[in-house]
Amino acid sequence: MAGSNPNAKPMNLTLKVWRQRNRNTEGRIVDYQVKDISPDMSFLEMLDVLNEDLLRQGEEPVAFDHDCREGICGSCNLFINGRAHGPEAGTTTCQLHMRKFSDGDTITIEPWRSAAFPVNKDLSVDRSAFDRIIQAGGYISINTGGTPDANEIPIPKDIADRAFEAATCIACGACVASCKNSSAMLFVSAKVSQLALLPQGHVERKTRVENMVAQMDKEGFGACSNIGSCAAECPVGISLENIAIMNREYINAKATSNNLA
Amino acid sequence: MSWITKTFSSSIGRKFIMAVTGLFLCSFLVVHLLINLQMLRHDGGASFNFWAEFMGTNPVIRAMEVVLMLGLLAHIYQGLALAVKNKKARGGQAYVVNHSEQNSQWASRNMALLGTLLLIFLIVHLMNFWIRSRFDAMGGLAEVRVPNLDHPVGDLYSVAAASFKIPWYVALYALSQIALGYHLWHGFRSGFQTLGLNHRKYTPAIYLTGYGFSVIVSALFAIIPLVMFFSEAYQPRPATGNTVEQSLTTEPALR
Repeated sequence: MAGSNPNAKPMNLTLKVWRQRNRNTEGRIVDYQVKDISPDMSFLEMLDVLNEDLLRQGEEPVAFDHDCREGICGSCNLFINGRAHGPEAGTTTCQLHMRKFSDGDTITIEPWRSAAFPVNKDLSVDRSAFDRIIQAGGYISINTGGTPDANEIPIPKDIADRAFEAATCIACGACVASCKNSSAMLFVSAKVSQLALLPQGHVERKTRVENMVAQMDKEGFGACSNIGSCAAECPVGISLENIAIMNREYINAKATSNNLA
Repeated sequence: MSWITKTFSSSIGRKFIMAVTGLFLCSFLVVHLLINLQMLRHDGGASFNFWAEFMGTNPVIRAMEVVLMLGLLAHIYQGLALAVKNKKARGGQAYVVNHSEQNSQWASRNMALLGTLLLIFLIVHLMNFWIRSRFDAMGGLAEVRVPNLDHPVGDLYSVAAASFKIPWYVALYALSQIALGYHLWHGFRSGFQTLGLNHRKYTPAIYLTGYGFSVIVSALFAIIPLVMFFSEAYQPRPATGNTVEQSLTTEPALR
């Protein structure tokens, strides 16, 4: 295989995987052995090997979320050995490679845990709460006219860069999963500050933060206590500064918006 | 629900209350510490008694005392309520393996525990000093005369000096300051972050100030009872019923 390391020895691993039939049943950890895992495999490819084995044995494969496997879609979401997306910083589960583990390792794999993220099955959780928060205000309305020309609205480079930094959030939910309070504030603040920084976002600026925070609370996420585990585990490096920006936006909106209710 | 109640019952509004009251309590700690340090002067508590009298009689301070109590109650209630809400948000099933120590500080994750320890200490502490100094019926204070005042004042120093000769009380006091230190270690900088005061220019300075504040304040609070426990120089004045004359320079002979 091109690009693979010929000296890399295949690994045998013990997996402790959370198995849960559906939302209404209790789950438990089940032990599996996987053999001849190449260190060049991604973590999800290693799980593919496990599922092939299970299928051959007539067992049900482990359900887990994945889509692009390129680190940009935010679908993969595994809590690996007590860390969101595993031990490697700045990495989604799909971009975590088995070379980060050693032969004979035991790896515990769990789904995101949060009251607002119910487990669908095994390692797959329902993150539609995030969708409803975005629906509450994480957008800009362009209701009329043709496609605007590029660069029609001048935006200073440093503002554009900061907005882009916030926009890199892939909504994977690692922030919620690793937060002791199961707070979604890093996710919500990334969207709030991105749109607050850009002129296109100013029309709905105050109503947006009010509605998104209200929806966030309604979904049952906890309150931020500035622990910082979210930012430490975030695969794209969304910073805590965004939460401070959201707090400012929120208090300012509450004090000055025209929404009395 | 009006917009005001909606604001202060939202997760951000509730954290805002925690931050404002918490930082206010930090400012109170500075005043408390400066007055406590007066006890270490070798003046038999004259300076300390003078300032204790000032804190007990000055109308501005007395008004602020009410604000302080309300702030403290708000901080305690909101802190416990948020801890319950956040625990509920975590969901029923805990992680089988969770290495949160690899992504965050212990103090940050245990603010509710540290706050509860401080609350226990505070109850003992207030019963011992504050209630006695404010309400005569709860034991009251012996009277002493201090320089610069034309009326006798309560001898709160002797209450402190006597308390700081009791081993379990000194141990409780000093150990509680460890909880205070850790609580401030996270709380100081966290308060600024919640208020939205995060900026690449100032945040490193806020962090450093918070860490320095927590270590210095808790260490100085802890040192005072330890010094007064181990040193012979700090003795309570036995209550004789007579008003004792105190001077800032010489300690009248201990009776």
